[in-house]
Amino acid sequence: MDKLINEFSVGLFFWQLLLFVGLVLLLRKFAWKPILDSVEKRESGIEDALQAAENAKLEMQNLQADNEKLLNEARAERETMLKEARELKAKMIADAEGDAQAKANKMIEQAQAAIESEKKSAMAELKGQVASLSLEIAEKVVKDELSSKDKQMELVESMLGDAKLN
Amino acid sequence: MQRKPVVSLLFFFLIAFLPLSVLAQEDMHLKEIAPGVEGEQGVKEEIKEYIDHHLLDSHDFSLFSYTKDNGEHVYVGFPLPVILWDDGLKVFSSSKLHHGEAVAEAGGNYYKSYHNKIYRTNAEGDINLDDHHHPTNVKPLDFSITKNVFTILIVGLLMLWMFSSMAKSYKKGALPKGMGRFLEPIVLYIRDDIAIPNIGKKHYKRYMSFLLTIFFFIWIINLLGLTPLGVNVTNNIAVTFALALLTFLITNFTANKSYWGHIFWMPGVPKLMRIVLAPIELLGIFIKPFSLLIRLYANITAGHIVLMSIIGLMFIFKNWIGSSLSFGLAFALALLELLVAALQAYIFTMLSALYFGQAVEEHDDH
Repeated sequence: MDKLINEFSVGLFFWQLLLFVGLVLLLRKFAWKPILDSVEKRESGIEDALQAAENAKLEMQNLQADNEKLLNEARAERETMLKEARELKAKMIADAEGDAQAKANKMIEQAQAAIESEKKSAMAELKGQVASLSLEIAEKVVKDELSSKDKQMELVESMLGDAKLN
Repeated sequence: MQRKPVVSLLFFFLIAFLPLSVLAQEDMHLKEIAPGVEGEQGVKEEIKEYIDHHLLDSHDFSLFSYTKDNGEHVYVGFPLPVILWDDGLKVFSSSKLHHGEAVAEAGGNYYKSYHNKIYRTNAEGDINLDDHHHPTNVKPLDFSITKNVFTILIVGLLMLWMFSSMAKSYKKGALPKGMGRFLEPIVLYIRDDIAIPNIGKKHYKRYMSFLLTIFFFIWIINLLGLTPLGVNVTNNIAVTFALALLTFLITNFTANKSYWGHIFWMPGVPKLMRIVLAPIELLGIFIKPFSLLIRLYANITAGHIVLMSIIGLMFIFKNWIGSSLSFGLAFALALLELLVAALQAYIFTMLSALYFGQAVEEHDDH
């Protein structure tokens, strides 16, 4: 211990203290602060980058889910559109068929009505002709065969009988 | 680019083992310069003296010395400035002292170095010794730039260059280039495994500068102690005392109320116990940093002494089995010292962080 105290050099102690404190202060300004700051900046940068990558991954997943959803919606829409088109087609066909039927029916009705009226008018004409013919016949019979009463009667009756056949 | 730090590290380790051969050479010369003492006893004395000398600080930066045939000592190295406070500032070059062999004159006073300490003497340079072989001469306050101070300065500059260039490399990109690749994991280790677990996420930033500086400073300077430069800064009690004093000051000046509360009025124990505990806790404030300074000092000093003693054994054995065995042992020990260099830096940093953590800990539980 005596030797230790004897060996103790005040000068060396003074210089060591001075130089070391100076070294700490200089290194703090020119080395430790910039080094530790850069390292910290780098570390936080890495952390941020990792976080960003994680976020991007999540976003990607969300996007994919959205895409899937959109696709499904589109598919469903297409389905409904196709269905509607099909229904429309069927309806149009049905409508067209109905119209055509109605038209045809109408035409048939009109034809029938025309036929009926033609027939009526033909019948009326026929009746007129029959009446005038019978009048002519009657005149001739009256002229020719009004010599005997019996003959007249006979003639009338037979003629009436013919007329009825018509 | 990526291999560069690894290569330089290997290079560094290679250099680290060179002192063995250099020291061996020096010892050889020492044997030659001691013609008076012969035999094994003489060699032992020399080795002991050499180790003692190595553990001391010196006023010039000498790498090694040898003796010419005519008995003249030649030192290879360069002188450093001597700064004394002795009734005014006295500055002169350490080359004037001639390694304790000459008297230096500065400002009307005469100085002589004796066992690497400077004493004021008369013009003839007489050192008066007392009964315990301690000089009784006046010892002026010595603020010289000694070998250790010079090394501290160089290490400081080296660290400034290393870490400011590392800091600059971050400006070009998120990852450091060159040396930073090797240093960044260590910096992060100190932050994530020493500072944050011990101090806590809330306060650790305040202490980071000190913890990082002290770790790299002790580590680099310990490694330098294993190089052939022969510097050994951390085995000076003044150096470790200065470092521990800083830990002590920072701990107590940043401490919160709860820390002082736990020292003077320990909560949760009976009143009588509190009175008993207060002086013990108060003593603890000083013992904790004291253990830091002794641990670092003792580990590095012991490492140097053991390593050099084993190298010295080579010259005592003087046969090929013993010498090669002690070489192998010295080699293994040098490897161990590399580990100790890092380990002591780690322990000092770790314990400092622990003390800082205690100072800012928040006790909500009682």
